[in-house]
Amino acid sequence: MKAQVLAKPKAFYDKFERKGGTNLETTHYCPGCGHGNIHKILAEAIVDFGIQDRTVLVSPVGCSVFAYYYFDIGNVQAAHGRAPAVATGLKRSNKDSIVISYQGDGDLAAIGGAEILNAANRGENITVIFINNAIYGMTGGQMAPTTMVGQKTKTSPFGRSSENEGHPIRMCEIISTLEAPVYVERTALVDFKSINRTKKVLRKALQNQIDNKGFSFVEILAPCPTGWKMSSVDSQKWIEEKMIPYFPVKVFKDISDDIEPRSIKKKTLTDKEILDVLGLAPSGKADTVDKDFLGKFSEQKMKIAGFGGQGVLTAGVMLAAMAMEENLEVSWLPSYGPEMRGGTANCSVHLSNKRIGSPLTTNPNVLIAMNGPSLDAFEDTVEKDGLIITNSSIVDRKVKRDDVKAIEIPLTEMASKMGMTAVANMICIGAYLELTKVIDTATAKDTIKQHLKKKEFVDINLKAIDEGVKYIRENYS
Amino acid sequence: MSNEIVEVDFQLPAIKVINHLCKGCGLCIEHCPKNCIEFSGKFNQLGYDYAQYNGEGCTGCSICFYACPEPGAIEVYKKVKGE
Amino acid sequence: MAKELIKGNEAVVKGAILAGCSLYFGYPITPASEIAESAASYFPMSGGTFIQAESEVAAINMVYGASSTGSRAMTASSGPGLSLKQEGISYLAGAELPCVIVDVMRAGPGLGNIWPEQSDYNQIVKGGGHGNYKVIVLAPNSAQEMCDFTMLAFDLADKYRNPVIVLTDAYIGQMMEPVEFPNKRKEVPYRDYALYGDKKTRHNLITSILMNTELLEKHNIKLGKKYQEVEENEVKFEAMYTDDAELILMGYGIVSRMLQNVVETLRQEGKKVGLLRPITLFPFPNQKIAELADTADKFLVAELSDGQMINDVRLALNGKKEVHLFNRMGGAVPSVEELLEAARKYI
Repeated sequence: MKAQVLAKPKAFYDKFERKGGTNLETTHYCPGCGHGNIHKILAEAIVDFGIQDRTVLVSPVGCSVFAYYYFDIGNVQAAHGRAPAVATGLKRSNKDSIVISYQGDGDLAAIGGAEILNAANRGENITVIFINNAIYGMTGGQMAPTTMVGQKTKTSPFGRSSENEGHPIRMCEIISTLEAPVYVERTALVDFKSINRTKKVLRKALQNQIDNKGFSFVEILAPCPTGWKMSSVDSQKWIEEKMIPYFPVKVFKDISDDIEPRSIKKKTLTDKEILDVLGLAPSGKADTVDKDFLGKFSEQKMKIAGFGGQGVLTAGVMLAAMAMEENLEVSWLPSYGPEMRGGTANCSVHLSNKRIGSPLTTNPNVLIAMNGPSLDAFEDTVEKDGLIITNSSIVDRKVKRDDVKAIEIPLTEMASKMGMTAVANMICIGAYLELTKVIDTATAKDTIKQHLKKKEFVDINLKAIDEGVKYIRENYS
Repeated sequence: MSNEIVEVDFQLPAIKVINHLCKGCGLCIEHCPKNCIEFSGKFNQLGYDYAQYNGEGCTGCSICFYACPEPGAIEVYKKVKGE
Repeated sequence: MAKELIKGNEAVVKGAILAGCSLYFGYPITPASEIAESAASYFPMSGGTFIQAESEVAAINMVYGASSTGSRAMTASSGPGLSLKQEGISYLAGAELPCVIVDVMRAGPGLGNIWPEQSDYNQIVKGGGHGNYKVIVLAPNSAQEMCDFTMLAFDLADKYRNPVIVLTDAYIGQMMEPVEFPNKRKEVPYRDYALYGDKKTRHNLITSILMNTELLEKHNIKLGKKYQEVEENEVKFEAMYTDDAELILMGYGIVSRMLQNVVETLRQEGKKVGLLRPITLFPFPNQKIAELADTADKFLVAELSDGQMINDVRLALNGKKEVHLFNRMGGAVPSVEELLEAARKYI
């Protein structure tokens, strides 16, 4: 006679080889444990939905840490409480996979509180199965965040006291307040009706993910006869009598019918597109190192300082970029740390024909002081025979040192005359280049054209360079 | 349903308790609406008093299958539809 | 090759993307935030994923999940964040999952401050999490190396199935220097142990739990052999003027940049001084140090910590030569002049 047989679902391994030892056919779960029922209906759903190859189960820390012994699907074992974060990584990396985060009450509602809330709040397209059995089973029966008030556990030996330990956490209620979750329901394992409901709920939570609808959360009130020190049958009754009145069994949120499936199309960029995105399109420019030219000066250790808004940092970046175009070694380091206090800004710029050591200029051979406090702060640090350029429009004193070359330029006034005080820094660069000849002014101008983001200001900046050059020729040659 | 078709030589519908996999929790016995599952009074290698079908009254409702926490301990056999 | 004047922190992100990294998970912390900020733009633009995680702990576990699927994934933080990530790093090492983590060190302990220190050396190089494991540690000292070592880190992580940490500081991260980038993105190697969500890899298991004591001991021995292999094959250092040096200066990261100036200055004065800069902190250049112990008289280790790397130098020297420490803490970075003065004491 032919018979239709309902037996162990094929999403379970035939033999539980990973379990090791001699008994490879039964689970490690205690008699009457709810995990077994849930594993069974989950395995059945995976087979029926045809998703066995692409399903990845994240097992938590707790009794179900060994879920991977049984499920013939992809398995990842996570650190305590972190399953939703691990699931996030899995799903974001492989959007075609079906990711299930399977967690107990300690894992999900205590140590992993932040992970579950934020995965839910991001609306990760995953399915979370939360087994609430009001106790820590794996570690031997300690109090869980969902332990009932009055319930005795090894760490609440006189019964959970709301004064000392607070009240049990209702996760469905919390999760369902968030915008993103698509489906939140609590069920229980107490009788055929509720087990049947649990079957349906799990399938719906998986279907939502298959349809790319978003985050589904299923809480299942499940028995732990060993931890509760009750028979299997009494445990189910205890859920009905004690847990369900506090943890109502119902749909908390279901917007799955109103949700448009998300697109999971992945864009794969070509190498060229990647380089474009990163702003790294090869310039095709040949190296134009003029070795003779490089030998003409010693390393420029510059300190450029002023107040915020004077373009001090930009001047440094521009100089570095110009020198880079000349194939010099360069470094630029912004003021970092206590120096920045008081609204002053400065940067260290090194230009060299050799590999640069320290990028931090403590004894500059070039100081550009755009305001008074900058001269006060750095004048004494300048090396003997060094160069100090001051913005004489603002700096109201002379350079005191007589062992350095001091250049005064009314930078702000000149810039103001040009109609834009912000180009004072470029006038200064022009002057510096004329004084030192470290960088060819043509290269400098090309660099400005390339690097200046606001193209409408290119002309005035180029003119500023010329003004700086002119000022030095007229006043210091 | 993860249903397979197999050849059997017993009356249908029926259930089988794979007795060496049974942990004797008694949930199938508790939930069987026809009260046709019972403790065997014998102990398997795991040390549990395993359940057994008493041979009569099974309707193939599958309640025991889902009430049983052990993946492979209960199998339910029904007539093939349309036969 | 495209050359760009770029900050070290941004070079990390571009390097990572060119190394085939497609997922970034991070949490903001000064002075590493710029890496996350840059990643938040460039990862999505290049077809990848950026998520600002709810915590450092979550970020490293997201990396764990993403790495499980065969993708190259990374995170970055600073000391306090790394302390939190250590749990996840232990799991990654235990499960033998590759990933890259960048630590832009700041000053501690506790909240400390945001200026540079090298006081994460012990927690990073010695393995700050639980259990027997090691991570490969690369210490760049330029923007170019921030890019290059991030790329190298992904290759080493895959080669050894292990987390690799790029250990750097705010100076290297903030500094702009010319960086040459490759003009091709790397192919991500196939990981036969990963979960690609298909039939072929369905039976794979990513875990660090091994309940059987013998199996776990075997696993530890296997990891140990792997680390030994790393020590045999991956040591990197830079030696300047060490051949005839009587005094060897040692430092990594930003300190090595200052030490370069010190050595160059002293050499101009005719002093026999050399610089040994460890590039890999694990594996540590023990052999090179032992060799130098035969030719040099003294060692001076400069660190921005209470003296952490110096202990590895002492182990490598095994009492053969004297070792001295020059250190600054709390975010103070020594000037070249300060280091020069320190070095002169031992000449």
